[in-house]
Amino acid sequence: MLKLNVNGQTVDTDATPDTPLLWVLRDHLGMTGTKFGCGAALCGACTVHLDGEPVRSCQLPLEAVAGRKVTTIEGVSPDRSHPVQQAWMELDVPQCGYCQSGQIMSATALLARNPSPSDADIDAAMSGNLCRCGTYPRIRSAIHRAAELMKSGQ
Amino acid sequence: MNQDTSLSRRDLLKASALLGGGLMLGLTLPQRATAAALGKAGGQPVAWLRIAPDNTITVLVDRSEMGQGVYTAMTQLLAEELEVEPAAVCVTAAPVGDAYINALLGGQLTGGSTSVRDGWEKLRRAGAQARTMLVQAAANHWSLPAASLYANGGAVYDGRGHRLTYGELAEAAAKLPVPKDVELKPASAFKTVGKPHKRVDTGIKVDGTAVYGIDVKLPGMLHASIEQPPTVGGKLKSFDATAAEKLPGVHKVVATSSGVAVIADHYWQARKARSALKVTWDAGANATLDSAKVAATLKSGAATAGKAARHDGDATAALGKAAKVLRATYNLPLLAHATLEPQNCTADVKADRCDLYAPTQFQALAQGVAAQAAGLAPAQVEVHTTYLGGGFGRRLEVDFIPAAVECSKAVGRPVKVIWTREDDMTHDTYRPAFHDEIAGGLDADGRIVAWHMHITAPSVTARMFPGIVAQMVDPFAIEAAASYPYDVPNVHVDYHQQEVGVDVGYNRSVSHAPNCFVVESFMDELAHAAGKDPYEFRHGLLARQPRYRHVLEEAARLGNWGKAPKGRFQGISLMEGYGSYLALVAEVSVDRGHLKVHKLTCAVDCGQMVNPNIVAQQVEGGIVFGLSAALWGEITLTGGAVQQKNFDTYRLVRMNESPEIVVHLVESTEAPGGMGEPSVAMVAPALGNAIFAATKKRVRALPIAKQQVVKI
Repeated sequence: MLKLNVNGQTVDTDATPDTPLLWVLRDHLGMTGTKFGCGAALCGACTVHLDGEPVRSCQLPLEAVAGRKVTTIEGVSPDRSHPVQQAWMELDVPQCGYCQSGQIMSATALLARNPSPSDADIDAAMSGNLCRCGTYPRIRSAIHRAAELMKSGQ
Repeated sequence: MNQDTSLSRRDLLKASALLGGGLMLGLTLPQRATAAALGKAGGQPVAWLRIAPDNTITVLVDRSEMGQGVYTAMTQLLAEELEVEPAAVCVTAAPVGDAYINALLGGQLTGGSTSVRDGWEKLRRAGAQARTMLVQAAANHWSLPAASLYANGGAVYDGRGHRLTYGELAEAAAKLPVPKDVELKPASAFKTVGKPHKRVDTGIKVDGTAVYGIDVKLPGMLHASIEQPPTVGGKLKSFDATAAEKLPGVHKVVATSSGVAVIADHYWQARKARSALKVTWDAGANATLDSAKVAATLKSGAATAGKAARHDGDATAALGKAAKVLRATYNLPLLAHATLEPQNCTADVKADRCDLYAPTQFQALAQGVAAQAAGLAPAQVEVHTTYLGGGFGRRLEVDFIPAAVECSKAVGRPVKVIWTREDDMTHDTYRPAFHDEIAGGLDADGRIVAWHMHITAPSVTARMFPGIVAQMVDPFAIEAAASYPYDVPNVHVDYHQQEVGVDVGYNRSVSHAPNCFVVESFMDELAHAAGKDPYEFRHGLLARQPRYRHVLEEAARLGNWGKAPKGRFQGISLMEGYGSYLALVAEVSVDRGHLKVHKLTCAVDCGQMVNPNIVAQQVEGGIVFGLSAALWGEITLTGGAVQQKNFDTYRLVRMNESPEIVVHLVESTEAPGGMGEPSVAMVAPALGNAIFAATKKRVRALPIAKQQVVKI
């Protein structure tokens, strides 16, 4: 039994140490908000935070996560109240929605370290997350909007 | 001559008649669905609606939600006449049933950008019927004439302070006869339709709770990963699972119709054990197939005359007499769908039934193939449609379904099969490759006198709906070509079906994208040969096509046609698809040979809209989809195997490559057009035309990255 900290909770898992965090989350812990897209860190659908930094969970073996804090889409807020989620809803960003958990995890990490990102900052932080439906223009607008919401304390 | 939408519409209707479809009012339910609707809700005998005593209103949507906003649009249509707020209703996927046949396509499927066109009247009528029954139930309760009552916000009022909610009325209403004639509101009275409502599925897509096929969880469920043949059309010869079966968590290794499936407790165990399999394959007929051979097959096929899809005047004779004749060959590659959610399916087979959980666009066919694989009758298979992590036509295919059923049957437990990205990329049904030979003639004044287009490509329809191609020119190979809108006296368009050894599939915008690329690029060639501005050249040939002309004008106006900033160059494209009219202006720069796409401005007339917000989403997204295909999209083969395996070699546009996109929606009172697909087709020709403006080099093949024209 390995222990890991997910969204502030310590949980046990019987997954083997080499199991990618993505599949530990999805299969063993039943947290399916984090998505499988490519299995090669090319699409960003599986993005979670590891000690606050965005990482591709498909490339991260369980043993590398021991003693560190994992945050998933389920831990962003209990009620869609995070400014990024609010902005995403205000601008109706998602289409099929499959990539959006990963997009939101990358965006929340960006805004946590840079409360006023420029378009170039957004390009740098978000270009690892593919969206096949092409929601990029709305993601960009929603990140700017989320930055405003965060400043106004909403 | 009025080509506009009538050609494609007529073909679709003919196609649907051939498929055995017909106009369904959606009021006769299959037995299973009737039981569900009445049993669970005590509600309405209407296929689209359940009303529970606690006032929960649930709309059953029979089209798959794959990002195009259909759950929202269908709900708005029904809510309009039911007199409820769309936000106040729950949405769930409909089961398989005759009521849900898409009258434009003849089966229960989501495709062809048909959902709104099919549902426009049908769902409003269903809403009106249900409302009429609820009002009548209230009238009976109060012993008042129905005409003296009104419905609003999910309740019926008598105007004198009395109110009965739909939940209170549902049981009594369900016992009333379904009214045949109901009057529908005029557009001027719409409260919900035509308004930019928020999507009903956004909340669950920002907190990770939306359930896609890959997220399905069932008690006792196992997971499978399938080793599939490395070559297209390869077959299993033999396998040795001795090592794989010894690995932790593995329950069984079975040969399925897709390949060798490893079934384990958890997905990662199945994946790991799959690498321990020893499999021998028969490469089959494609052992030596490569991209050069595909291109050569199409080229030699093009020597055969096609079946005429359009024949006005005598284009061949007119070419012989023209002052100037241009001839060109255009080529388009195979493309993958690359839905971000890889193909997957969960099946739970029991002795007398099968539950199938699938991200499918084609419920009726999914049910059929699952029944076959399970050895059951179709009525014993219940299809549960999940959210789709992208569809784009990939999920009209049902190739990912039988193996899940076979696995579940083999272990007697529910099994979820998940393809890897590599499985998905190398076992797609690819957008057909095209080889088009085109000629145009100009008179001494630079007017087009002849247009001759000869299309050669494999046919999706021949494989999926052979009955259609037996009776007519494949309507899904000639879109945006047979409907050539310009006022030219001699027009010939024909299509020759040439198979290339690879199964091809319907891919978002289908033949609109290749045909629009060829037509609009060659129109640009002719404009330049005539010494005319490409916009003016087109505009002068559209006197009898007001809807085409208007979007062309609007795109040019908003895209500042002819007034590009210094160092930037423009290209334009125009098309009708799915009953919608679009024009797009691309603005690019080419700096020391390097292409940068700055801005894409698109004007759209899609008739009456159910939800302009979703229409805009579809235009934006379709443009990005089309841009990926134009810049990089190509599937290549060597030794019968697909060379692209993942997103490193099958590139898609990323955030830093996504240009400014401007969308303008034209107000219109015309019938609704489809909007899930057409904007995809606008990008490549406008981009190629802008590149020509910048470099004087013509893009006659895609992807642009592979041509020796610009660097990307």
